[in-house]
Amino acid sequence: MEKAIKRYFPVFVLPTMIAFTIGFIAPFLLGVYLSFCKFTTVTDATFIGLKNYMKVFEDPTFIHSMWYTALFTIVTVLLINVLAFAVALLLTKGIRGTNIFRTVFFMPNLIGGIVLGYIWQLLLNGVLAIFGRTLTYSSVYGFWGLVILMCWQQIGYMMIIYISGIQNIPGELIEAAKIDGANAKQLLRYVTLPMVMPSITICTFLTVTNGFKLFDQNLALTNGAPSKMSEMLALNIYNTFYGRTGYEGVGQAKAVIFFIIVGVIAVLQNKLTTSKEVQQ
Amino acid sequence: MLQNKQKNKTEMRHRDQSGKERKSKHGTLLTIIFTIISVLYMYPIVLVFINSFKKKAYISKYPFKIPTGNMYVELENYIRGIERTGLIEAFGWSMFITIGSVAAIIICCSMCAWYISRVHTKVTKAIYVMCLFAMIVPFQMEMYTLSKVANMLKLGNPWGIILIYLGFGAGLSIFMFTGFMKSIPLEIEEAAMIDGCTPIQTFFKVVLPITKPTCVTVTILQAMWIWNDYLLPSLVLDTKKWKTIPIAVQYLKGGYGSVDMGAMMGTLVLAIVPIIIFYLVCQKYIIEGVVAGAVKG
Repeated sequence: MEKAIKRYFPVFVLPTMIAFTIGFIAPFLLGVYLSFCKFTTVTDATFIGLKNYMKVFEDPTFIHSMWYTALFTIVTVLLINVLAFAVALLLTKGIRGTNIFRTVFFMPNLIGGIVLGYIWQLLLNGVLAIFGRTLTYSSVYGFWGLVILMCWQQIGYMMIIYISGIQNIPGELIEAAKIDGANAKQLLRYVTLPMVMPSITICTFLTVTNGFKLFDQNLALTNGAPSKMSEMLALNIYNTFYGRTGYEGVGQAKAVIFFIIVGVIAVLQNKLTTSKEVQQ
Repeated sequence: MLQNKQKNKTEMRHRDQSGKERKSKHGTLLTIIFTIISVLYMYPIVLVFINSFKKKAYISKYPFKIPTGNMYVELENYIRGIERTGLIEAFGWSMFITIGSVAAIIICCSMCAWYISRVHTKVTKAIYVMCLFAMIVPFQMEMYTLSKVANMLKLGNPWGIILIYLGFGAGLSIFMFTGFMKSIPLEIEEAAMIDGCTPIQTFFKVVLPITKPTCVTVTILQAMWIWNDYLLPSLVLDTKKWKTIPIAVQYLKGGYGSVDMGAMMGTLVLAIVPIIIFYLVCQKYIIEGVVAGAVKG
């Protein structure tokens, strides 16, 4: 059978591969190459070695945005996962209205980042106006504003994943633990948590990458104001490309560094939490 | 049937009343707490809705006030929002791009996934590894070069962007499809082939119908992403001719010195309402799709 299918390569694989090459492989390779070049458009690129990379680390806004993003990611990963897990625990107890609550909590996920950013800009600026401040007054407001926004958006999504994880725990396991005299705390610590470890792996992975790659919400909520202090990595890279002429090469070098950071974190995180999963 | 159900219900109520008095009290308290949280959770959206009927000068000043008297402006904000952004057209293009891209992704990626899960060569293995790789590369890495490549190949239109979304969505989609297709027993396909089906017939008549659950999952995940995507279309599309909804919303911010808050509120509401309706109708599939996607991803 394999032989019969093999001849159909052009029909089955080629369309996807053409699109994949145009949409992914070519831009990726070109991007890696251009990070070693000086250019304003793709055609006038000249090779300059590692100069772009050196310039990246001389750019204080990049270093700042890196720390800002890292801190943001840590805070949101912790908050979102803890809250989402807590909500999931409570919503699997079979209380009345569970379906409605689930529907409500999940809804913000379907709204796009740009729209979300403007919704929260209105609300947060309204609240801060009481104290005579605005979101762009200091990067601290921008930071926490973005944290609240991200929690609001993502708790529902992670909650759904946790709920399915909790519901997949076999009932006998919990029964057995109860018969052995485990109290609610022990049940959570020694049965529920280890059993939902796969869900925790997925949710931390998603929240980590979402945090690092955050762009739309950042752009809409503060756009980096005041003076690039609330600018996250993705937005910093975007502004380097399209905000400063002559810095396209530096922007591309930043993008490569960004890719490496995201890649390393994704792999490390996956290894770390997967190692804690129990065999079922 | 119906009688049985009712009987069951009364039985359950009896059990509730007799055995778990304490627990049900606990449940009521939780229900009340969650009701309050849910209301708060919806508040940001409600706030935008309220402000969409307010005169634009009052929105930033008194965002929490209910529009009454001379603050109230009927549908003025909506009309201005639509006029300024071309929102109706943007809605059409968003629909076109999302539906076109998702359809292309489903058909092309499932075909590709079937091929690479049935034919074992170095090439197919390399494709699979590249798909895994594509899943972790952030868009910023490709952003500049992709917009240039798209420009060179004249893909800066809604038809071209479908091709780009197909290439960009291929990683995750192929990964998910191959995961499922590996579990389909080969005998079914072999039987079809022995009965005289060509591989194309086998795929469309036998394999694709079995793959339906994965199709739903991929559709949900990709549609959520493509519908809301701002950066890719804003860089690739010629935004003077074609806008998607996120671009239309962002367009209100750019270009002018001060933002017309009235038009913004109207536009935001119009951007949210179709999504909420869609969500309430297809909720079951969306939530299932997210769960299935997370398990496999």
